[in-house]
Amino acid sequence: MKPNLRGPAPLAGLVGLVASSLLLAGCGAGDDREDDDGDGGGAADPGVTAESVTVGAHFPLTGVAAPGYNEIPTGAKAYFDFVNAAGGVHGRQIEYVVKDDGYNPTNTSKVTNELVLQDEIFAMVGGLGTPTHSAVVDFLNDEGVPDFFVSSGSLQWGDAVEDRPYTFGWQPDYEIEGKVIGQYVAENMPDAKVGLFLQDDDFGDDAEKGVRQFVDDQVVAAERYTSGNTDVGPQIAALQAAGADLVLSFNTPSYTALSQLVALKLGYTPQWYYSNVGSDPALVGSLLSEFSEGAVPGSESSLDGVLTSEYIPGVDAPDDPWVQLWQQVWDEHGEKGELTNYRIYGMSHAYAFVQALQEAGEDLTRDGLVEAMEEVGQDLDGPQLAPYRYSGDSHLGISGLRLVELQGGVGEPLTPVLTTDIGDVEITEDESGQADDAPPESGIPE
Amino acid sequence: MRAVARLWSSSTLLRHLLVAAVALVVVLLVLGGVSDFRRFQLAEMAYLGIAAGGLTVLTGLNGQISLGHGALMAIGAYTAALLLPDRDASVPLLVVVLASVLATLVVGVLVGVAAARLHGPYLAGATLALAVAVPGIALTFKERLGGEQGLRVVLPDPSEPVLDAAYFLTGQELTNSGYVALLAWLTLIVTYVLLANLSRSRVGRRWRAVRDDEVAAELAGIDLGRARVSAFVVSAAAAGAAGAMLAFTVRLAAPSSFTLTLSLTLLAAVVLGGLGSLGGALVGAGLLTFLPQVITGLGRDAGLSDIRAAELAPLIYGVVMVLVVLVAPLGLAGALRGVLHRRRARRTPPDLVRDASPATDPAPDPELDPVPGPPRSGASSSTTKGTPA
Repeated sequence: MKPNLRGPAPLAGLVGLVASSLLLAGCGAGDDREDDDGDGGGAADPGVTAESVTVGAHFPLTGVAAPGYNEIPTGAKAYFDFVNAAGGVHGRQIEYVVKDDGYNPTNTSKVTNELVLQDEIFAMVGGLGTPTHSAVVDFLNDEGVPDFFVSSGSLQWGDAVEDRPYTFGWQPDYEIEGKVIGQYVAENMPDAKVGLFLQDDDFGDDAEKGVRQFVDDQVVAAERYTSGNTDVGPQIAALQAAGADLVLSFNTPSYTALSQLVALKLGYTPQWYYSNVGSDPALVGSLLSEFSEGAVPGSESSLDGVLTSEYIPGVDAPDDPWVQLWQQVWDEHGEKGELTNYRIYGMSHAYAFVQALQEAGEDLTRDGLVEAMEEVGQDLDGPQLAPYRYSGDSHLGISGLRLVELQGGVGEPLTPVLTTDIGDVEITEDESGQADDAPPESGIPE
Repeated sequence: MRAVARLWSSSTLLRHLLVAAVALVVVLLVLGGVSDFRRFQLAEMAYLGIAAGGLTVLTGLNGQISLGHGALMAIGAYTAALLLPDRDASVPLLVVVLASVLATLVVGVLVGVAAARLHGPYLAGATLALAVAVPGIALTFKERLGGEQGLRVVLPDPSEPVLDAAYFLTGQELTNSGYVALLAWLTLIVTYVLLANLSRSRVGRRWRAVRDDEVAAELAGIDLGRARVSAFVVSAAAAGAAGAMLAFTVRLAAPSSFTLTLSLTLLAAVVLGGLGSLGGALVGAGLLTFLPQVITGLGRDAGLSDIRAAELAPLIYGVVMVLVVLVAPLGLAGALRGVLHRRRARRTPPDLVRDASPATDPAPDPELDPVPGPPRSGASSSTTKGTPA
């Protein structure tokens, strides 16, 4: 065997080179590492300059969760562009960076690292999803990045302020939605046999907690499905077998369509309640015809007679002054496509974020933004039908909603706006009058 | 000098250790010189590289295809997550990693024993079942394993001596991302040294013999089943270590991180880089880590909307995959090796060329990767024909 003479020499050279450079680096460092930490103080927070503030978000832009949800950031972007065109907030243009996580927590972690460490965002705004956002919520709080208006109704975005001081929820949490529908059922349908159809995570768990406060003895079955498993036949059949004539469902839009199809096949016709998350008539209609390969004609009327809830005005109320503003924003700054409820959702939390920026003042800091929201959050007006609950003790968002019945894609109110909080806080009629307010003339919070 | 050279060519272990030492220094320098975000990306590259390294040993050396390595990573990740539930968890990281490897090893033995009786598509099918079933376990035992939302992983802060040592070596504070990346790359280096040694040893020769010609291997006294099981187990152990590193990096073990896509991604890394070569596995892992982000960034710079830019990455990724298969069927590492051989052959006097392997035939790599290039698809069918009925 011939020794390969050319092998070791360059290698030895490289070793020497690398080792010596390492030594040099080492000498420079010394070992008093406590001495020179701290970054001087007084430096501006990342993502903020006199001219701009950069914010970011993670959304499922591709993959199974993309339909509907990928429209949310397009709505938020349209509203931020609208504000930018009018001069921005305190002279700063809002730069909005959206990254795709495909609704996979590993990817959420990746893109959040990218947003925080590479793009140096000032704040996260509207990051979507319970399992996905749980993967990054601790990281964001460790880094001190404001994590505003998570697009999910899980309690964990606001019930433990000490653990996550930088995280704020936005939409009504699933527990209060469960409480409101639970009380409605107890008062108006005391003889109904209640079946629960639940997503098997915080979404279903929090909602069940709320519902059972009022109708625990009426519940005849509680069935859970795993997001990703598209066969819900056994669950629906079990609800039918238990004799449930009212099904309260807390699921995502795809599962509304799936459960409707299975029920159709089984000849099961209970009264359905679908939580706000799963009841967008336009999306469910199109999913219905897609899943059934056209056998079930999907339209906005597919969910006629179904009960659900509302906490912001949607496309079914074109005369609402807020919806008229959103339509104007979308016409001026939107991409292709129509205004949808998902885009309105994005615009609505973008509106809330612009309010937060205004309240934080001209000297924008991360901690200042959080303090401002804790201080004035409850008094902010906006498209939401009920006030926010933000305070030093709670970062939970909108405090209430109203129940509606869908007819032709339009929600007919069944109750006034009802507000409450988690735990055994009473449900009361909202007296803030927020449901009847209109946006400011300029369309930008004042 | 001559003595050193002789030692260099005669002692595989020494050579591998030296390469590892150089690699370690390079890793330290690189990690010290890049941003925190790049460190996270490098950590991702490392855990993909570890798993792909294990897979390439299984597929390239032993000829078995596994679609279940993502599931094996899940076992490693969940083991790590169970041992590191909160800040008070005091299990040393080395123990965590070893436990992850051990848990995966046990599963690897069980699957390997079943797999030893299976070939080609049947084995792929069996491991596919693993990939589909394992995430379901986390959903079934929701109380213990966190269901859909998974388990948080809290990495304990590095100890004072580690911090001091890191500061002395690199001249800067050890950040969280630096720590994770360092752990992942250390693990990668250790894994690769072990895998490289193993594949150069008697065990590795047996694996290759079984891959190339079962009948001949059996005639030579090799226990086919044992060779297959051992290859699977070694490769599973690597996946376990990779899973632990993924858990450290992502700070979460959730079922949706370990779908079939991950298993296919690993296979893609192996094919992209070059089947059977550890260097290739690392190149493939690097491509998988950096390509999507770069492409999405380019798409956005070109004025595409966020959604269009996000959709661009899988498209380009598919195109790259097809191109690699068409233009460089031996993978990127294989192609590079071919080029180097051709250049060397040109520089070598003509009478030596005859000794050297023909440039077009990918000869065994002189360093880490003793694998002949293309998988020999003809081998198994010809042996079947030759077997008496």
